Amino acid sequence: MFLLKLLLLNAFRHKLRTGLTIVGLVVAVGSFGLLRTLIDAWYAGVEASSSTRLITRSAVSLTFPLPLSYAQRLKSVDGVTTISWANWFGGVYQTERNFFPQFAVEPGTYLTLYPEYRLSNDEKQAFLRDRQGAIVGRKLANTYGWKIGDQIPLRGTIYPGTWTFTLRGIWDGAEAKTDESQMLFHWAYINESLRQKYGARADVVGVYVLGIDEPQNAALISQRVDTQFRNSQAENMTETEAAFQLSFVSMSEAILVAIEAVSYIIIVIIMAVMANTMTMTARERMAEYATLKALGFSPGFVVRLLFGESLLIALIGGGLGLLLTFPAVAAIAGALGSFLPVFQVQGSTVALQCGAALVVGVVAAAWPAWRMSRIDIVQGLRHIG
Amino acid sequence: MKAIPLSYIARNLWVRRVTTLLTAGGMALVVYTFATVLMMSEGIRATLVATGRPDNVLVLRKGAGAEINSGIERQQASILETLPGIATGRQGEMLVSKETVVLNSLPKRGSGKPSNVTMRGTGPAGLALRPQLTLAEGRWFRPGTAEIVVGRAVAGGFEGAQLGQTLRFGSRDWLIVGVFDAAKTAFDSEIWGDAELMMQSYRRGAFSTVVFRLADPGSFDAVQAAIAADPRLQVEAKPEVRFYEEQSEALAKFISILGTVLSVIFSIGAIVGAMITMFAAVAQRTGEIGTLRALGFRRGAVLVAFLAESLLLSVVGGLLGLAGASLMQTVNISTTNFQTFAELAFQFRLTPGIAIQTMVFALAMGFVGGFIPAWRAARLKIVDGLRAA
Repeated sequence: MFLLKLLLLNAFRHKLRTGLTIVGLVVAVGSFGLLRTLIDAWYAGVEASSSTRLITRSAVSLTFPLPLSYAQRLKSVDGVTTISWANWFGGVYQTERNFFPQFAVEPGTYLTLYPEYRLSNDEKQAFLRDRQGAIVGRKLANTYGWKIGDQIPLRGTIYPGTWTFTLRGIWDGAEAKTDESQMLFHWAYINESLRQKYGARADVVGVYVLGIDEPQNAALISQRVDTQFRNSQAENMTETEAAFQLSFVSMSEAILVAIEAVSYIIIVIIMAVMANTMTMTARERMAEYATLKALGFSPGFVVRLLFGESLLIALIGGGLGLLLTFPAVAAIAGALGSFLPVFQVQGSTVALQCGAALVVGVVAAAWPAWRMSRIDIVQGLRHIG
Repeated sequence: MKAIPLSYIARNLWVRRVTTLLTAGGMALVVYTFATVLMMSEGIRATLVATGRPDNVLVLRKGAGAEINSGIERQQASILETLPGIATGRQGEMLVSKETVVLNSLPKRGSGKPSNVTMRGTGPAGLALRPQLTLAEGRWFRPGTAEIVVGRAVAGGFEGAQLGQTLRFGSRDWLIVGVFDAAKTAFDSEIWGDAELMMQSYRRGAFSTVVFRLADPGSFDAVQAAIAADPRLQVEAKPEVRFYEEQSEALAKFISILGTVLSVIFSIGAIVGAMITMFAAVAQRTGEIGTLRALGFRRGAVLVAFLAESLLLSVVGGLLGLAGASLMQTVNISTTNFQTFAELAFQFRLTPGIAIQTMVFALAMGFVGGFIPAWRAARLKIVDGLRAA
């Protein structure tokens, strides 16, 4: 108890300097947390994927469609229980800035495969009945202030023309990680218009979503599906939903690696600032430490004093930074809207932030503690801070 | 007013070497982050802007925005070929290229993770329209055959995309007969082959884009008006330069905004570091300040001296950071461009403008960090200062 009191008094002897150091720590630990959360947000699609879903796409690349006729053959594959499909629509709502994912899906089966999109029964029926109907996630609806019954026009980039949908339902995610920033509508509506305008482009599917009931057999079932269509006109590739989502993450890997590197740079910056503070503190108190030693305290006590003080400051600053991360993340999530579907502080982020604060505290005190434990009593006493 | 000599200021930094180094080191890291982000954003922009030529015109389906979304029917392509004002080549052929652009997902070298590569089906006119392409190895593909040539970044960055290997897509094996160098433009990240054969393999009835050279670079408006006047052409024409510039916008902007926000937040850490150092310098030298004032140096001179010390500190940090960032110019990186959904290889690019911006940023940190301590030093009463000595 005595030691703790001494540490506290020591730490705040130089109020301005300690205050500034704490400000630096708050900023560093807080922004470290924000960056980790940003990286986690990238993986949100992977986190939210289910092990009971497989995705089948064209083996060439996602931009190549598969024929609708594959649906029947996929259904007959051993182990596949449900089958649905989705086309990336890529429409623009008002301006290019308002980006959110839109999929034209086979509605009944798609909602069966995604039970985490919680929709009231009335809304679900209304959506299934209306061919021009659409449903959106709660977050997306809030971003643009949509209410049920609203008309939503989208300008097609892949499908030419302006398409208008009537909002029939708003889903809530079953879990925090569930995507609430998508828009779903009827594949048949798009397909019919396509058939009238450009016959050849109709009856194709972007990806098939396969429901399986034995997740442990995912690899085997994927293989069965792919062998079925080997050497056909449109060969396909089947993978688990998690692997499919991960392939999107790996596309921007260079950026993710850069963000990760930068998140550690801020910790190194604050380490330099904190080490500077501790070096100055130790230099000023050289005479005091010499006195302590002259009174019979061991060099270890001086070392403990310095480490204790450094850790105390680091933990206060780190703790405040940690607490500030939550409101900051909430504010950014509000501002970003539908760009990042899930933006939340994870448990691992909090642990990393604590770890970073500890490391900063220890590293900053290392050099001054080593020097102070070795000072010569006579020289130290002669030194005037 | 007599100024305090610069050598006095510089020596003060030298006396407290450890502190100076730690503070400047913190600043250097912030500067490094700031500079590399700007360099990354500039690298993407410069790569894409260099891809287009001012006298080439690119035609897309109306509202398509990107080449892979676009579709130009054969009939529309033939109408476009007859537009007035299209340049002719040496043999009198029209410089028009009807191209098909698709994405093929290939495993990246090293990680083996798939990424999308742009495959461009074109013909001899397509090569004539892009004089920046030169052959690095092998030979060009022969029209009408399943031969392809790959860009330098593709050959270096993807598995199975080297000279002599074959790629399988569209139920055909395509032999890689050459590697081309596109002078660090976006074409370096592409694979080129024969347009007709690619369309056949993908079972596509329509081209993706039509590119042509203007005989007179100033006649773009006339060509655009001619296209708009024809109701059969639901297309939009853009100068190639502008098209590629637009393709760089989202990614370059995303990186520069993210980077600038981060640098500003990080700079708070470095400013705090500078402030701590300068406050300590003022506190340590109270006696000296008193002496200087007693010798006749004015308050302003003391303020300038301490501010200059802080600025000098930030210059050291700025130069260190900039030196580190300039080393990044040798690094090749690639990432997926959100707008084209395809891999784009580029380099970090340091321009004089970025160097100046970076140094201004460093000096700003030094100024903000040093001003309050310098102010405090200048406000010190001579008596108090001398008493502390």
